[in-house]
Amino acid sequence: MAELRGYKELPIGAVPFRLSTDYKTGDWRALRPVVDHNKCVKCMLCWIYCPDMAVIWDGEKITINYDYCKGCGLCAHECPVKAITMEPEPTE
Amino acid sequence: MTEVVKTPKIPPEKQILMTINGDEAVAYAAKQSLVDVVAAYPITPQTIIVEKFSEFVANGEVHTEFVPVESEHSAMSACVGAAAAGARAFTATAANGLALMWEILYIAASLRLPIVLAVANRALSAPINIHNDHGDAYGMRDSGWIQIFVENVQEAYDTTIQAFKIAEDERVLLPVAVNLDGFFLSHTLENIRMLPDEEVHKFLGGYRKTYPKVKVDYFDEEVPLILNPARPLSFGPLDLYDYYYEHKMHQIEAMKRVPEVVREVNEKWYELTGRKYGDGILVPYGVEDADVVVTVLGSTGGTVRHIVKKLRSRGYKVGTIRIRLFRPFPHKELAELLKGVKVVGVMDRGISFGSYGPSFLDISTALYDLKERPLLVNYVYGLGGRDAQPEMIEKMFMELLEIAKTGEVKEKLRFLGVRE
Repeated sequence: MAELRGYKELPIGAVPFRLSTDYKTGDWRALRPVVDHNKCVKCMLCWIYCPDMAVIWDGEKITINYDYCKGCGLCAHECPVKAITMEPEPTE
Repeated sequence: MTEVVKTPKIPPEKQILMTINGDEAVAYAAKQSLVDVVAAYPITPQTIIVEKFSEFVANGEVHTEFVPVESEHSAMSACVGAAAAGARAFTATAANGLALMWEILYIAASLRLPIVLAVANRALSAPINIHNDHGDAYGMRDSGWIQIFVENVQEAYDTTIQAFKIAEDERVLLPVAVNLDGFFLSHTLENIRMLPDEEVHKFLGGYRKTYPKVKVDYFDEEVPLILNPARPLSFGPLDLYDYYYEHKMHQIEAMKRVPEVVREVNEKWYELTGRKYGDGILVPYGVEDADVVVTVLGSTGGTVRHIVKKLRSRGYKVGTIRIRLFRPFPHKELAELLKGVKVVGVMDRGISFGSYGPSFLDISTALYDLKERPLLVNYVYGLGGRDAQPEMIEKMFMELLEIAKTGEVKEKLRFLGVRE
């Protein structure tokens, strides 16, 4: 994390000085969704259900934005063809 | 105490004489204050405020967006949204309603939203009771709101208008709760003087339209502290141990600047109307040479002053201080006034169970650093609307005078007017 600022350098009103997109909430994740593109039928239910808009559609296939995916597992639960599985985060 | 001394800009004869109760006075004040949004839920003894205000809306006398919400939690939430969008927002509540607002009170204060809330002080349940004490206001003590207690209907009117001026001052930007005693003030008719509408508009600088500016990394220039899709800001999103404490420091610093603004507004109001309430913070009477001083909040202030006058006419050296500004608490100012006093009686219309009355705790703190500390007695009184009779107050003074003579406090926490 960048150097922490003192209160005199912060905007008042509990307003963050950075854009909310700068907060990478993906590091809260314990399990990560992994997509098997051989099974995926591109129904887009995962894209609809994802509460963090972390399922990305590029026009051809879905990918997961691991910067913001919190690993809730909704996509895997809703996938009608079980193309998404929740796997433990790799530990370093 | 209402002091009317010098010639005001608007002389009394140019002011509008009205016979109204405290709730109506607050409603008229809010109307004249060009409030953009009122979100409220009815609760006795506050109901008349929003009832009256909804009449103004129905009659087309105000431009205000009136939101009849489903609870007080929603009332304060709607005010938070409105104020963050730049509106002047107002609501009113009491007791259990205020308790239901509790969560959002903290949010309003920490987002630095200048909301004005009228609290017609009422006892909290159980048992259910609709009458006056200060338990509800004491409950919101630590929420970050400015809390002002008024003594009469005139002051309720004056203070509601002043509250917007104080809240919106760039040095402050904090919500203000105007406390008027339930029934004793909310439902009691008094003759009061109101300003013509345009004078209130001028006093407040018209509609709320200027906002403080803040600097964020993603805009080159400072931007107004307001919800605006063209200049987006997030209000109060997640802070963990990294920044929460720093954001609390903003509130702590803002509170320090409140007393000077309250004093200034009190003085400006005096020049305009000829009315002022002490220095806006404390209203002392007969304190200079007093051996015994009683502190009090709210409408009981008048009764205590009446007894002080009576006892002084008999030669007793007694005085009183009405605490008008309860949060931020005027520790230094009180210590200055109480220096050299032998005994201080602290009246609290409420108690922190297992401790003392909340104002007693602050006054003890205020006096601790004095070289010669006065003796202190806490008098809890008037819970659930129990009347604060003059005889009871006189007896309390006689007890305090006796303590001044003997130098001995037998009971530090006393309960006035309760049956055993």
